Amino acid sequence: MREAKSKYHFRNEVRKSLKPRVEELKFSLHRITRSPLSLIGLTLILVFATVAILAPQLAPPKRLYEPYQIPRDGYAATPQPPSTEHVFGTTEGQYDIYYGVIWGTRTAFRIGFMVVGATMLIGLFLGSLAGYYGGLVDEVIMRLVDIFMSIPTLILAMAIVTALGHSLDNVVKALIIVGWPIYARLIRGEILQIREEDYVSAARAVGCPNALIILKHILPNSVYPMLILASLDIGAVVLVAAALSFLGLGAPVGYADWGQMVSFARNWIVGPPQNPLAYWHTITIPGLFMLFFVLGWNLLGDAFRDILDPRLRRR
Amino acid sequence: MLKLIEIKDLKTNFYTYEGIVQALDGINLSMREGEILGLVGETGCGKSVTALSILRLIRPPGKIEAGEVILRLQDESSQSKDPIDLLDQTEPLMQKVRGNEVSMIFQEASEALNPVYSVNNQVSESFLLHRQKELCRDVLKKIEQDLGKATSFLRRIILKMERRIYLRMRENPSSSWLAILSFLPIVRSYKRRMVNQARIESIELLRILGIPHPEEVVRRYPHQLSGGMQQRIVIAMALACSPTLLIADEPTSNLDVTIQAQILDLLQGLREKLKTSILFITHDLGVVAEICERAAVMYAGHIVEVAPVHPLFRKPLHPYTQGLLKSVPRPGEKGRLQSIEGNVPNLIHPPPGCRFHPRCPSVMAKCSERKPALRETEQGRFVACYLHHQETEKNDT
Repeated sequence: MREAKSKYHFRNEVRKSLKPRVEELKFSLHRITRSPLSLIGLTLILVFATVAILAPQLAPPKRLYEPYQIPRDGYAATPQPPSTEHVFGTTEGQYDIYYGVIWGTRTAFRIGFMVVGATMLIGLFLGSLAGYYGGLVDEVIMRLVDIFMSIPTLILAMAIVTALGHSLDNVVKALIIVGWPIYARLIRGEILQIREEDYVSAARAVGCPNALIILKHILPNSVYPMLILASLDIGAVVLVAAALSFLGLGAPVGYADWGQMVSFARNWIVGPPQNPLAYWHTITIPGLFMLFFVLGWNLLGDAFRDILDPRLRRR
Repeated sequence: MLKLIEIKDLKTNFYTYEGIVQALDGINLSMREGEILGLVGETGCGKSVTALSILRLIRPPGKIEAGEVILRLQDESSQSKDPIDLLDQTEPLMQKVRGNEVSMIFQEASEALNPVYSVNNQVSESFLLHRQKELCRDVLKKIEQDLGKATSFLRRIILKMERRIYLRMRENPSSSWLAILSFLPIVRSYKRRMVNQARIESIELLRILGIPHPEEVVRRYPHQLSGGMQQRIVIAMALACSPTLLIADEPTSNLDVTIQAQILDLLQGLREKLKTSILFITHDLGVVAEICERAAVMYAGHIVEVAPVHPLFRKPLHPYTQGLLKSVPRPGEKGRLQSIEGNVPNLIHPPPGCRFHPRCPSVMAKCSERKPALRETEQGRFVACYLHHQETEKNDT
């Protein structure tokens, strides 16, 4: 009897302590569902996430030890139109488009999350050091940022991939090296502004050590713009990776990657003169996947801004 | 009465693009234990810079150039009872002094509270930083109680683990072993007991400060509170560890008169209860007359007059103080309000000698040559003006 009562009491306590969080979560969901655009963005990303998770069920790999390798049906160059065997048809070299885009979703998420996660961490670390301490630290880090930003993104990424060797991992590394300066600069600007706030002086007056001030008082107030940029960036990064793949610098031939699918279609964008749209599926289908992926993240980024930014949240 | 804090020849400069702003030029000030000292002066005369310099919170481009801030520490754990010079101490020691020995109430309550944390979070911060041992002791008591009640085997094991961690923490709160533990995902939930204890202390503190329904208030965020309530929370943050010196930087200037009176009552009550000395910075002479025992008048980075409040208001000695008091409207008095001629000097190129001499109605030749020292003219009255120095010199001879 006593046991049961104490269990009930415990559950009540947990519920009570979680109540404000649950309410905030409800409010966030309400914000998202109120605007149709963010709802579309959320749906798109959820659909892509489902596709990525269910890839082995949607397109069972023939060779289990290398599921990312697109199966090919012969070696003929001319793409085949959609049929019952190949739902989206085949592209140059008889690679199955359906299989390629489904498994390519996984690649896209992987590139997006890895690149944005790493650039965010590096940018956050260097940006907060530069912003908080100022002086020489700031000068050194920011000049480094300037150097990186003065070289065109794609060219620098190409140079790095070429130097490291052609592979998807190297594309990710190149994009991280190219991407962090924007985050560092953004976070530094925010911190410069927040560090002058009275509540930071108040924290210092209470005797907070520097690390605690940065982590607890400054960063939570300055990460929102970065989170929004990051959600927009996941889409953008996938596009840049596709561009590198298109140029032949990305994944090995036959690897499930949207950029590579587009690059296969390079010679088949326009068909023979009597039937210019004969090979439409080779470029359109991977293109649409990319379009919706990027669109989804962009719309979701806007939704994040509405929810996360405390200055816009309660409007 | 013992001297709690003594500021000697404090100089603080700001290195800006236009030049060096000499914000404080040799401040001398001392406070006795349990005293409320008013620091009066117009905007930009260096009141807040004095406060920040005491705590060494001046940020670049500002720099404390010279001087001493001698503070008598009250903490039992400190090795020596001797007063220390805050300007000579290392940063980690300053972090122990800030919030624990000397704390500060900031001018804008709404801006001194971090918008992303609840009240509880901000008030307990001070406890978690400076009162770890006391918190550990209370937490250990709770764990013992729970151990007495706990019946299930697993729960007992968890409680015993927690007891070991807290015993270790009570001995040495800053051990590296604990720092590692606090990064491990599930293990670090042991901290929750500490946080809960700090929360209980915060609620208790808010209750002492006369805030209604403190259990409700600690859950709120700063934007959900009224201005007066925010100011009380800021005061609570400063008082959490019962400091010996509280620096109140215009704590009432943005509040309604009624709330202002409540806050003043609160501060006065605290002084009696906790024996805290208060350095009360304000430009409101009425407030000074209300709660301070002594007042120091500042002008352009100099202290021009220090005196007990009643003699100061009845018979101001320094021409600036006289001007200041004349420019306060009094009910029942007719005629134009007088103001002091001229403007506050630019502190990049301050006037030589006494910084007030270009505006002074009774200026003399030597005023622009040398800065007059702050000298005692009557019992407890100090003034930095040649007019009164002459009188004392005559009296001496």
